[in-house]
Amino acid sequence: MAKEMPKKDVVIVGLGWTGSILAMELSKEGLDIVALERGPMRRTVPDFEYPRNTDELRFAHHFDLMQRPRESTLTMRHNSAQTALPYRKLGSFLPGHGVGGAGVHWNGQNWRPQAAEMRLKSYVTETFGADIIPDDMQIQDWGITYDELEPHFDRWEKLIGCTGLAGNLNGRIQPGGNPFEAPRKAEYPLPPLPQTSAGRRFKKTAEALGLNPFPRPGGNASRAYVNEYGMQLGPCTYCGFCEWYGCYNYSKASPQTCVLDALYQQPNFELRTGANVMKVELAEDGKTATGVTYATEDDKEIFQPADLVLICAFPIHNTHLMLLSGIGKPYDPKTGEGVTGRNYAYQMMGGTDAFFSDADFKPFVGAGIDGYSILDYGIEQIDFGAEGFIGGSYITVGHTNGQPIRSMSLPEGTPKWGADWKKAIGEWYGKSINIGSHGSNMSYRDCYLDLDPTYRDPWGRPLLRMTFDWKQNDIRMTRFMKRQTETIAKAMKPDSWNSSFKDDDSHYDIRPYQTTHNVGGLPMGDDPATSAVNRYLQSWDVHNLFVSGASAFPQNIQFNPTGAVGALTYWMAAALRNDYLKNPRPLM
Amino acid sequence: MKVFLGMIAALVVVGVLAVLALIFWPLERTTADQLALADDVMAWPDLAENERPRAAAIAADCVACHSTDDGAEYAGGRAFPTPMGTIYSSNITPDSETGIGNYTLDQFRAALVDGVDARGGQLYPAMPYTNYRSMSERDIKAIYSYFMNEVDPVRAPDKAAEMTFPFNLRFGVRAWKWLAMPDPGFNAPDDAILARGAYLVEGPEHCGDCHTPRNMLYIQDGYTASDERFMSGGDLQGWSVPSLRGDDGAPAKWSAAALTAYLATGRNAHSATGGEMTGVVGHSLQHLPASDLEAIVAYLRHLAPNGGGDDDAPEPADRTRASEIWLAASEGGTAEILASADPDALSEGGRLYLDNCSACHMIDGKGGDSVFPKLDGNSAVTAASPKGLVSTILNGARLPSTKGAPLRLAMPGFADRLSDVEVAELASFVRGAWSNRAGEVTAEDVGNLRN
Repeated sequence: MAKEMPKKDVVIVGLGWTGSILAMELSKEGLDIVALERGPMRRTVPDFEYPRNTDELRFAHHFDLMQRPRESTLTMRHNSAQTALPYRKLGSFLPGHGVGGAGVHWNGQNWRPQAAEMRLKSYVTETFGADIIPDDMQIQDWGITYDELEPHFDRWEKLIGCTGLAGNLNGRIQPGGNPFEAPRKAEYPLPPLPQTSAGRRFKKTAEALGLNPFPRPGGNASRAYVNEYGMQLGPCTYCGFCEWYGCYNYSKASPQTCVLDALYQQPNFELRTGANVMKVELAEDGKTATGVTYATEDDKEIFQPADLVLICAFPIHNTHLMLLSGIGKPYDPKTGEGVTGRNYAYQMMGGTDAFFSDADFKPFVGAGIDGYSILDYGIEQIDFGAEGFIGGSYITVGHTNGQPIRSMSLPEGTPKWGADWKKAIGEWYGKSINIGSHGSNMSYRDCYLDLDPTYRDPWGRPLLRMTFDWKQNDIRMTRFMKRQTETIAKAMKPDSWNSSFKDDDSHYDIRPYQTTHNVGGLPMGDDPATSAVNRYLQSWDVHNLFVSGASAFPQNIQFNPTGAVGALTYWMAAALRNDYLKNPRPLM
Repeated sequence: MKVFLGMIAALVVVGVLAVLALIFWPLERTTADQLALADDVMAWPDLAENERPRAAAIAADCVACHSTDDGAEYAGGRAFPTPMGTIYSSNITPDSETGIGNYTLDQFRAALVDGVDARGGQLYPAMPYTNYRSMSERDIKAIYSYFMNEVDPVRAPDKAAEMTFPFNLRFGVRAWKWLAMPDPGFNAPDDAILARGAYLVEGPEHCGDCHTPRNMLYIQDGYTASDERFMSGGDLQGWSVPSLRGDDGAPAKWSAAALTAYLATGRNAHSATGGEMTGVVGHSLQHLPASDLEAIVAYLRHLAPNGGGDDDAPEPADRTRASEIWLAASEGGTAEILASADPDALSEGGRLYLDNCSACHMIDGKGGDSVFPKLDGNSAVTAASPKGLVSTILNGARLPSTKGAPLRLAMPGFADRLSDVEVAELASFVRGAWSNRAGEVTAEDVGNLRN
């Protein structure tokens, strides 16, 4: 029998970016809030302090800040005919563990989707006709427009001290910025981080090719910054330990630097770490949640009653918890019916490495957002009818790090070990760049999440099962990008170059790292038949349950998702504060 | 605490004569009338009647000494190690057996301004009664009311002081008081805001307790602005406490806004709190009403020979810290040497600085506005005693989470990573880098400070 705790107004599952922001915003309403975080407490000092954090083996290979597969993982298969097997060793994607979540170990790259991406199905249908959409593709509109979300993007960017250069201010194109970005009402809060030489070299070539390079925007502070909560960022020192590391320098935007110490001051907020939520509990009629049940580190079961339940974990865990709690009809790929687990999508990555014997790039001078990008091949720039695919990508050259184990690109044909490998390392360190394509991934009828029939977690719950593979549409998109990155590579006149892009025979490989941009599973929308949460991220079925994060994306955008996640969180907070709390009910 | 030693040496000299008098002379306690202040002599903060007791207690920062880090507020027990032994703060919750529950207002006033407890015992001068003597009766009543009515009683017997002979003879303190105690009461300057600032600094906040030098007898060298050495810098357990009234003091160099930010949040574009000041900001200053902070700033600027530093120029919107560093590196001096990272040009201290410090404090020693303190021209770096600097390198520092700046910014300690020789090289480098011209630090200095 679970021990019952005194009732709270709000229970928050997971204290990462979205949980922190929602707790902060709702604490201002005087609500009594508890956040349940299954991982440990994390603070900049001592957890990310210098020099402890610049330990590549510990953080980038043993994944000290990531979830433990032994405690939490999923199973994976390519299609419904296969038997899924557990993801026992982290590889392809790296959900975070502990306070701050994945917001601790991201690079800081921050984007707004293009306006068309948020009404993708309508855009494609209106512009190219519905018949270019492949039969098994299941793209959807978000149920919210870019214009509605614009003020929330602005607020999020001001929260994280986003650096960048506006390219489209109120419809007026600005020199040096991204001319293809959705119109913004305000300049970025901080000027762009000065770029390292790799990006500058790319910029020169891109301009010569008639492309439109701009500094990659993101949350690495270019100078000291104070946000609306009084939280502070220090100037980035280009240490090159961003992705997969906590920032020792208070320079990378994270819940720790941007929200948490302000939140901890709120007398009506309580944090419990080591609290692993097992299930959302429902009232007898199934129409409202009564709270959540969680397991403590010493395996005690506790029921935390609450009037409002906010699920703010990593996207795949959000979906898992909804399935385990029986909320929303589980998605069935055979009929295409059901919503919980629907439209899981990922990110299509590719790139061309180019080697320059005359270069001295000093990649150890790196920052998570370093680089010049182009969006000339973005979703709004490509003629899908002519090219035969739906999707787009941004392309970047920059040096996020020069770490000795993971960042040693070598020309094709170099031995993988031994004396010649060592010699090549000495010869080529600091002489290579990657022209990286970061592309969209559409949603499909048979790419989805459900509960595994075989494998269980230590608490006896079925693991989440991922059914996912690459599709021809997205392969065509990435082959298109390969032609662009190779054109750019050739124009940069390297000694040699080699590409790594998916091809027709490629299947999703969960072993090598690609990106931690797992989206979907609980798509948002304005039709309860095809979305798990409405446009306010409120469960259609249980009105006092809201789910934040990229699980709401109906398909993946061509960008890193965090910017859109941040804006959606402020949008959801506004709906809660301005509407729902005054009159709790289904908002749609 | 070496001054404490000095005080004691002198006490022995006067002791013989004093003992007789100490035994026979009746105790005289300050009366309420002596502390009465007309309401219009200063700009009292605009607070509701029921908010005054707590506000007065916060302004006197009682909690800092009368609590342990993990104990109940005001329950006492905090240890104050001195060369003559250890004393412990007392329980000042209204518990009738172990706290001050049975204190009358007169007894409470006597403890605050005369240093005499309810039984007539002498309090050691760790209790800043010499400064509290200028507190007004209105505040004393308010604080008394706060403890009696708003603080929960906690049963926690006082720990006996563990002082060595002859310092365990408390009547010696009475002799010291004859020499040390200023007259009771507060002489307000004419300007109501200045008066409020002077009152807070000289009285309840007892700033002079640390910021004023003490003589051989441990007597504070001045209690008001009219005393020349008042607030001209002190010594706290070996840490140099900065002067606040010379040409070089923060009020003379910083803008009013920067000084206000420092007091309210523990950080500004120049520096950040360290040592005991961190607690003063965390427990007391950050909670003061804005008008009180303004008054303190006005008063401190009034003390400065130039009337206070100039306003800060606004920063250009497109300036990045990286561009400033490139500029600094092109201008020669320490920044250029550090930027070169040339092993032949770098001293060992410079190399250690590059490896351990420059990420935050930067090669130009200017850090980051309100995040990473400047080391160039920072009085904590160039202080006569390197103890504060060396302690910070060894043990790190953590800013308080304040209303205005919630981030608990912390610098890690480097005791595990650097040897005594290395810390000495590093500290010496920092004390001589950029425009700093302070003396070198020896490995022995560091060794003495390492626990």
